[in-house]
Amino acid sequence: MSARRLFAGPARSAAIAPYLWMVLFFLVPFGFVVKISLSQTAVAQPPYLPVFDLTEGFAAIKAAFAALSLDNYRLLVSDNLYILSYLRSLTVAAVSTAILLLIGYPIAYAMARLPPRWQGIAMMLVIVPFWTSFLIRIYAWINILQHDGLLNQILLALHLVSAPVVWLSTDSAMYLGIVYSYLPFMILPLYATLARIDPALSEAANDLGASPQQTFWLVTFPLSLPGVGAGCLLCFIPIVGEFVIPDLLAGSNSLMIGQTLWLEFFTNKDWPVAAAVAVVLLVLLVAPLVLYDRLQRRQLEAER
Amino acid sequence: MTARPLSRMSRFNVTSLVLGLAFLYLPIVILVIYSFNASRLVTVWGGWSLRWYSEFFNDPAMLDAAWMSLRVAAVSATLATGLGTLAAVALSRGERFRGRALFSGILYAPLVMPEVITGLSLLLLFVALNAERGFWTVTIAHTTLTMCFVTVVVQSRLAKLDRSLEEAAMDLGCDPLRAFLAVTLPLIFPAIAAGWMLAFTLSLDDVVIASFTTGPGSATLPIRIYSEVRLGVKPQINAICTLVLALITVVIVAASFATKLTSARGESAAPL
Repeated sequence: MSARRLFAGPARSAAIAPYLWMVLFFLVPFGFVVKISLSQTAVAQPPYLPVFDLTEGFAAIKAAFAALSLDNYRLLVSDNLYILSYLRSLTVAAVSTAILLLIGYPIAYAMARLPPRWQGIAMMLVIVPFWTSFLIRIYAWINILQHDGLLNQILLALHLVSAPVVWLSTDSAMYLGIVYSYLPFMILPLYATLARIDPALSEAANDLGASPQQTFWLVTFPLSLPGVGAGCLLCFIPIVGEFVIPDLLAGSNSLMIGQTLWLEFFTNKDWPVAAAVAVVLLVLLVAPLVLYDRLQRRQLEAER
Repeated sequence: MTARPLSRMSRFNVTSLVLGLAFLYLPIVILVIYSFNASRLVTVWGGWSLRWYSEFFNDPAMLDAAWMSLRVAAVSATLATGLGTLAAVALSRGERFRGRALFSGILYAPLVMPEVITGLSLLLLFVALNAERGFWTVTIAHTTLTMCFVTVVVQSRLAKLDRSLEEAAMDLGCDPLRAFLAVTLPLIFPAIAAGWMLAFTLSLDDVVIASFTTGPGSATLPIRIYSEVRLGVKPQINAICTLVLALITVVIVAASFATKLTSARGESAAPL
């Protein structure tokens, strides 16, 4: 016990370097985002007017505060483009998460039923695509879905369609890409909770006369809810801000918010509006993030 | 009635597992096969050929981008592993300290934070600091992103480690630092190695954050692939993707060996 205490002090000081790094490169930058979202757009490099110039003393600070403007936020509310983008992002994320849960749950469930020796292999097989390049996996789908790609060739050969179907630049292609990319994020937390459920519980339900369906819905599924929550959040939050998949696979007539931010930043060079878009997106995501943090903490405590 | 009816795989279980794995792997397999296609038309099979590979090795712009990506990945993974391991030690052995909740919060947030936000915010910081954008800004950005993955991997290993080993070392007269270096570090080393490799592959994969934080003339490989892919499918890209996949596969195999080593050592060390 005394030894454990002895260890705690030096271990605490191990936090200093990573703490400073994350404050400087993760927390402080958000301050800049907020600051620039409040400044005016300018045709200059960098393309915004400076908000603070500390070298000129108190008067400058006062002037700077007077110059802060909510114009960018007003624009977000007044222009339909932004509101529609946010709504589309939330819808796409919600629909994708639902599909992911429907597909991921049976896979995770089957993994948890495997003999222990095979479970490790199955888990490895699910993790490997998560390690392989995300961009490459989307590109692989473009190969298959393009006009004269493999999918159309197969459909034509089987006489299921009479002319090539347009798959690329559609919402179906985008959903396919999202589900494909995020499937491991859904399966792994589900599998982790399902594998931990004591098989004796479902055996007991069985012995007491429950049918397999009843056992699943009354015993297994309720016990797997923490995994369902973690999996859904791990998918939902990043999908809301997704850029690459909709950009490569979806049509250009309605944009997700990540694409709008990218467009404002890289094409329109309107950094203040891009920053305002980011601030609002962050606020939208804070609620599920806090929820996720709570869930994780509860799980950690349960493991202890 | 059998003793454990639910422990057996039902037909539904087998089907969903097989279909799920096929869904995950088939597109990649198809991509790899087509990278050896001799035909310029991506969809017409023209026999086996290494033509697109030699085209890649004769494309200086792509090679530059690949070299840049490898350097960024190696340096950022190393930084991330150092910082991430320290963070994991602090979180799992440091008990309570002031700001611990904030610390774990900002460590785990990048795991789910949309990349457009992380990229934009880092860029605005670099601009405010007047930093020249290029190799180092991308490296710092990737270190920030990947360090939390290292922390997760190392922390889960530390959580499983028997603390009495460290305590025994200190009861026998080691100071905490020495106990850590002599006992803890060798035991968690394979997890640290696995963390490094995960950080390396994540850095090699990133388009969004690199696009925000890089400067003119220093595009990474994913940025180049991305701009080519936007214009359509090209056989040369199939070849590059296959090479990246091969590199990542080597890294994964090494990582899984490292993890196996962890469990083997962990068991043999326990009775000591």
